[in-house]
Amino acid sequence: MAELSEIETGTAALPAEAMARVEVDVSSLMPGMSLVVQWRGKPVVVRNRTEKEIEDGKAVSLAELKDPIARNANLPADAPAIDANRAVPGKEAWIVMVQVCTHSGCIPVGQQGEFKGWLCPCHGSQYDTAGRIRKGPAPENMAVPVVQFIADTRIRIG
Amino acid sequence: MSDKHSSYSPKTGIERWFDARLPLPRLVHDSFIVYPVPRNLNYVYTFGGILTVMLVSQILTGIVLAMHYAPDTGLAFDSVEKIMRDVNSGWLLRSLHANGASFFFIAAYVHICRGLYYGSYKAPRELLWLLGCTNLLLMMAIAFMGYVLPWGQMSFWGATVITNFFTAIPLAGGWFQRLLLGGFAVSNPTLNRFFALHYLLPFVLAGVVTLHVWALHVVGQNNPAGIDVKSKTDVVDFTPYATVKDAFGIIVFLFFFAYFVFYLPNYLGHPDNNTIANPLKTPAHIVPEWYFLPFYAILRAITFNVGPIDSKLGGVLAMFGSIAVLFAVPWLDRSKVRSAVYRPRYRVFFWLFVANGLFLGWLGSRPAEGTYIVLSQLATLYYFAFFLIALPVLGFIEKPRRLPNSITEAVLEKNRGAGAKRRSPGRTPKVERR
Repeated sequence: MAELSEIETGTAALPAEAMARVEVDVSSLMPGMSLVVQWRGKPVVVRNRTEKEIEDGKAVSLAELKDPIARNANLPADAPAIDANRAVPGKEAWIVMVQVCTHSGCIPVGQQGEFKGWLCPCHGSQYDTAGRIRKGPAPENMAVPVVQFIADTRIRIG
Repeated sequence: MSDKHSSYSPKTGIERWFDARLPLPRLVHDSFIVYPVPRNLNYVYTFGGILTVMLVSQILTGIVLAMHYAPDTGLAFDSVEKIMRDVNSGWLLRSLHANGASFFFIAAYVHICRGLYYGSYKAPRELLWLLGCTNLLLMMAIAFMGYVLPWGQMSFWGATVITNFFTAIPLAGGWFQRLLLGGFAVSNPTLNRFFALHYLLPFVLAGVVTLHVWALHVVGQNNPAGIDVKSKTDVVDFTPYATVKDAFGIIVFLFFFAYFVFYLPNYLGHPDNNTIANPLKTPAHIVPEWYFLPFYAILRAITFNVGPIDSKLGGVLAMFGSIAVLFAVPWLDRSKVRSAVYRPRYRVFFWLFVANGLFLGWLGSRPAEGTYIVLSQLATLYYFAFFLIALPVLGFIEKPRRLPNSITEAVLEKNRGAGAKRRSPGRTPKVERR
């Protein structure tokens, strides 16, 4: 029946993907380290940012941003894309976001490009250390999924 | 040309029996044996026949490949490797099929340019042209989905990038993208439905091709002079004249095709596609198959917002527009003369268009940065200007050359010209023995 419902609704079988939640142990991540988990078939990057990366993220004014919206599923839809609104709530060092370029769906490479954030190999979109689009064809900041710390070193996505 | 009287006369009892019940032999006789074709058709007119051969070849090799292929993300890549190594002549089938797609497109692009050059889209052949454009669209969809099936890195990321462009469409875009993918990302349901459609659509294509050929046989073939058939001396019988010429064209074309199949089987592919699809890693440089490169360049050329249309949607609109504009060609061209042979200015714009198309293809293979973007924008501008400005305006300002009174006259004029050149002064002309 899963096959049939896929055709009927045109989307994924609900239990398999839409409801999926992922829990990640992040105890191994020192500042400056990232890991990638798969969530709903897409890569989600979890990064423990360095002090410099946080400072760089904070130094940017909203006027400099191509997309001034936070794109954070944990916040209201119109929340501004200040650095704190891109990080995990209450944990400014931690960035968790769907590592998929908002232009054409490629996976940007981390800690690359002019802004030392993410650089998309497909069409050259450049993101800053908070995953905000700064240059290139992508229209939006990379999406922050529903995320929370459920323990000191454990994150739940979705 | 509108001689609708059939000259078929059944000779045997069986033929008479058939003719009274299902006059298939009569149809073949009238369409492919005594069917009158203009006597001045040149070799670019053999590409219709070449395309038919390629379609049949793709369907036959595809059916056998489907017997060995497994449309499951866990098995697809390995099943293709199995075809290459274990299946008897599997390497040949796959090489024929993969390179066949490329050569199908080569033939299609020549065929389309032939139509543009000789004005084959003008009345009464508008519908013939529209059916041809539909065939091109179908070919593109089929080729795109077929390229996903081997489930290599380029398969996966090509599918990701192309399906993502639908999200640029307001309101229904996201829904349509999920319908295409059967999920949030390219995954097993995507592969299943692409395989199902890749198997189905070629038969739809064959159906539209049948309509295309039917429409052709109703209005008759255009010809390099671009003037209508007026008398019996303007035409020859399809068989043996066109049949033999087509056969020769097909053989020469297959010679090039075979060279790629046997000696350069991977030349037109991408090395990255020999790596199994990895949803967590994008290859450093994503490019589509060569036959999509011009359209890919147009897509990437739109890096700026136009009013409420952002660059992403603008790129998608430009790319689809570059195909859609072909459908409007019969009504964009305002010239009363069909063939570029008698249109000195149009000829210049046409060849610039061809060069521009090749240039766009090259730009599509370059990374989207620096001067490449500016050049892509200029080439995109010319692409659209050719259709939207040159075609309509030339119809009013161009002074065409004098048209011959008939196809026969055109042929005789040309032969006389060629004969005069051959007999250059200083040499005694040989006495013609006839």
